[in-house]
Amino acid sequence: MDVIFKHSEPGKNRYQIPEPGADDYDPIPGKYLSDASPLPDVTEVEVVRHFTNLSGMNYGVDNGMYPLGSCTMKYNPKINERIASIPSFAGIHPMADPEAVQGCLKVLHELAAYLGEITGMVFSLNPAAGSHGELSGAMVVKKYFQDMGQARHVVLVPDTAHGTNPASAAMCGFTVKEVPSNSDGDVDVEKLKEMLDGDVAAMVLTSPNTLGLFDRNLREIADMLHRNGSLFYGDGANLNAIVGKARMAEMGFDIMHINLHKTFSTPHGGGGPGAGPLGVMEALAKYLPVPIVAQGKDGYYLDYDRPDTIGRIHSFYGNFLIALRAYAYIRSLGPGGVRNIAETAVLNANYLLASLKGLYHLPVERRCMHEFVLSDRDMPNGVTTNDISKRILDYGFYSPTVYFPLHIEGAIMIEPTETETKDSLDAFIRVMAEIRREAYEEPEKVKNAPQTTPVKRVDPVIAARRPVLVWEG
Amino acid sequence: MSTIPEDLRYTKDHEWIRMVDDFTGICGISDHAQEMLTDIVFVELPQVGLDVAQKEQVAVVESVKAVSDVYAPVTGRITEVNAALEDTPELINSDPYGDGWIFKIEIKNPGELDDLMDPRAYIEYVESGA
Amino acid sequence: MYTSITDKEKKEMLGVIGAASVEELFADIPESIAMKGSLDLPGSLSEMELEAHVGALGSMNRQVAGFIGAGAYDHYIPAAVDQLSGRSEFYTSYTPYQAEVSQGTLIAIFEYQTLVARLTGMDIANASLYDGATAVAESVLMSMRANGRKKVVVSGALHPNYRSVMKTYSWASDRLYHEVPHRAGVTDADLLRESIDDSVACVVVQNPNFFGSLEDIEAIAAAAHSAGAHCIVCVAEPLSLGILKNPGEMGADIVCGEGQGFGNPVGFGGPMLGMLAARKEFMRRIPGRLVGRTLDADGKTAYVLTLQAREQHIRRDRATSNICTNQGLCALRAVIYLCIVGNRLRELARLNHARASYLRRRLLDVGFRKMSDAPYFNEFTVAHERAVSIRKGLLEQGFSFGLPLGDYYPGMEDSLLVCVTEKNTVEQIDLLVSKIQDLVRG
Repeated sequence: MDVIFKHSEPGKNRYQIPEPGADDYDPIPGKYLSDASPLPDVTEVEVVRHFTNLSGMNYGVDNGMYPLGSCTMKYNPKINERIASIPSFAGIHPMADPEAVQGCLKVLHELAAYLGEITGMVFSLNPAAGSHGELSGAMVVKKYFQDMGQARHVVLVPDTAHGTNPASAAMCGFTVKEVPSNSDGDVDVEKLKEMLDGDVAAMVLTSPNTLGLFDRNLREIADMLHRNGSLFYGDGANLNAIVGKARMAEMGFDIMHINLHKTFSTPHGGGGPGAGPLGVMEALAKYLPVPIVAQGKDGYYLDYDRPDTIGRIHSFYGNFLIALRAYAYIRSLGPGGVRNIAETAVLNANYLLASLKGLYHLPVERRCMHEFVLSDRDMPNGVTTNDISKRILDYGFYSPTVYFPLHIEGAIMIEPTETETKDSLDAFIRVMAEIRREAYEEPEKVKNAPQTTPVKRVDPVIAARRPVLVWEG
Repeated sequence: MSTIPEDLRYTKDHEWIRMVDDFTGICGISDHAQEMLTDIVFVELPQVGLDVAQKEQVAVVESVKAVSDVYAPVTGRITEVNAALEDTPELINSDPYGDGWIFKIEIKNPGELDDLMDPRAYIEYVESGA
Repeated sequence: MYTSITDKEKKEMLGVIGAASVEELFADIPESIAMKGSLDLPGSLSEMELEAHVGALGSMNRQVAGFIGAGAYDHYIPAAVDQLSGRSEFYTSYTPYQAEVSQGTLIAIFEYQTLVARLTGMDIANASLYDGATAVAESVLMSMRANGRKKVVVSGALHPNYRSVMKTYSWASDRLYHEVPHRAGVTDADLLRESIDDSVACVVVQNPNFFGSLEDIEAIAAAAHSAGAHCIVCVAEPLSLGILKNPGEMGADIVCGEGQGFGNPVGFGGPMLGMLAARKEFMRRIPGRLVGRTLDADGKTAYVLTLQAREQHIRRDRATSNICTNQGLCALRAVIYLCIVGNRLRELARLNHARASYLRRRLLDVGFRKMSDAPYFNEFTVAHERAVSIRKGLLEQGFSFGLPLGDYYPGMEDSLLVCVTEKNTVEQIDLLVSKIQDLVRG
């Protein structure tokens, strides 16, 4: 499809701007002004058709199952979208007086309390994304050891970790070392023991891990770290598997972040905005980024008077309208509904796992939590994970996460989430079985997929070799 | 099986060096390395005149899915880089030992060449799956 | 609840799994960790109850006639922006990993990159970052990666919250942060020049600056360049780009800032839209997602996420940044907005400036003092010895009049930063001024 710029013709745009109604009393001197016209000149109808047609070239959770592992692509309730658009929230200015924004502050205060109840930690809602929460968490680690007068330089991450874990630690000047997993998919505790010394500031672990497994040595790892004087960071990316079933605080984590766009159903928006609240154990709460929403005798207020804070990390207070959606979601579910998230997500994932493990290679033979990882190891005729993921698109589903985690060659990471019906799970199983049959009998169909999508298989090499990042006419 | 020419020396990180005279070597990455990386999309070249120690990182090779550091096989000074790679990094895929060379190095200590693998040792090394 | 597995289905599924109960699937969680009781959360609400409950919370906020900008600009949002960005094929999708079914998002981001690059006068732009403050912080880190220097020199007329965030990032990444005070609301170019030496990676200046004034970017860029440093221009009010000479033309190497004003609500400060654009030389050092043009298997034009080797999922601890996604939906709203308003953006910008100048003139008429004669766009700083009490009186009458600057700049307790957009009509401005007159007299 053409970019909008191709429709641009001088004089087409009839969008009406009101008259100023006032003379310009202080004209801006000419040397500051420009005559350039960098924007497209198109009609409203063209714009509406362009973006409507673009939406038709997209695939969202509302189109069908989106088993993108580790991303928790669950249904995004429509009422939460309506709530986030009401002017008494969407139209509130962040610099308005505290007495004029009590509703916003109450939402933030209560959401932080709910997240605290769900995990056992104290929360700041400032981080705008999971990666931002992680970065802030790494800053808390840094500040903590500065205060302790200890120079610790190393952050440990397992080989199953999301790329953001090492990247966030590195941005705070930490050296990252990788801890291997054992063949059961748990952290190799013996190797970890060898790596622990006085230079280790923290270890980051996703719980359940990115293989969708609950590390059976979790408490032991936490104790080892704490005996070593190190902090234990919990990446909450996979919280969906355990909400209402176990709390991160009791697992021994000191710091964590939550991805509201995963566990708490706020839409992924084609790649954001999400939100990544940062939680810490009470003893570390003084380091949380400012401001913190507090409750005083005159109502709620933004507390900046926190001398040990790592500082400010966002222009304002994080992604408020995302927090509002998560708040609404938790209020609609209640305690039973929250627990039901984990139970159904884990049931759905295990059902898929049990149904698919005879068809595709399963690198770690265990029941899973909310997701699991298959691989292309046993595929015939040179069919790869990439081929399978493209063929899945032909059958009207989105693809699983592929080639992650990195230590599983040709990984296919599947997370159905709790909002899929059994019918859609069964349909996905049939499709995966059919693709396996094709791999044996008609491999070209898989290798040349997709055929039914708006464009055929896209070549990433051309884009990267001679990058064209803007339209130049 | 990838190609492993007879007249080169190899490192464990899959670089090769070809001596053009007693003190000058041409370096690149092996056929095996480019196969592992798949389609190469970008090469970050070192500065000419840079002094590097053996095993020090000198260049970066990127494919769509991976990034790989290129290390100096020996200590020395970078005397020339293959500017053609700036626009056509795929030369490393098509001709890793020829037009896909990455840099020339003036060797400080020829004795270091003995640390490198000969073709037979490199074949074994690659076959061992390292 | 949004799950729909019936008891009958559950039984069947457990049969396939070979488990007696759902509880059994959680067996790897040790007894000592597993939650015993129920979470202490409020009970569930039906959709209707939820809407009423949240509506009541909303009514605890006071909707006022606003005259505050300071990094969040309340511009009119055309209906098409809400309608189109509300299409759930857009907002319920994720980062366009599978390009074949994500061309909608990819093309929209490619258009967004194009428009941001054009408006800022840069060669390239990324797919967006969290917000203005983190966009500045990331710009500084990018500059430092490019020239290997470790110190940033920052104008004191940069948004105070942005400066706070930069200080946090500088401390965390062991970089040096140096601030140059403003003089009467503009960056002190002489002091700035004296602060720049060959240890300085970049200079950061906001335009229009926090006080609303226009800076002499050309002079600042020249000062930076003479020491081999980069000039980073931050734009917090993107509408200003509709009328002002673009930062690239004035010598900026990197342009960053806040794009919220393009089609996104103020939303109590989030989500915002971090913009980042730069000259070509930064292409492989830029943080965040980038969309590029390519071909599909039939040789047709298609779009795809590109230069991913920079990013955390490949380069891990050596990535250009830890950032994972972008503010996709906010960027989509911005590009729709820019297409709808299109080349009328200049007219809209002129309107903003004219009404701002009208209010400023009226305020000076009723006894406010101006901070300087520096040119401004739609925001300006004025002072009055009774500013605080006037503001308070106005709030009670439904006007949120200006941001008091005392909290940000000690000694400026009498000063207010006032913003006017197209949503502030002349009638509203006249009403505001008459109320002020009453308060000043009374």
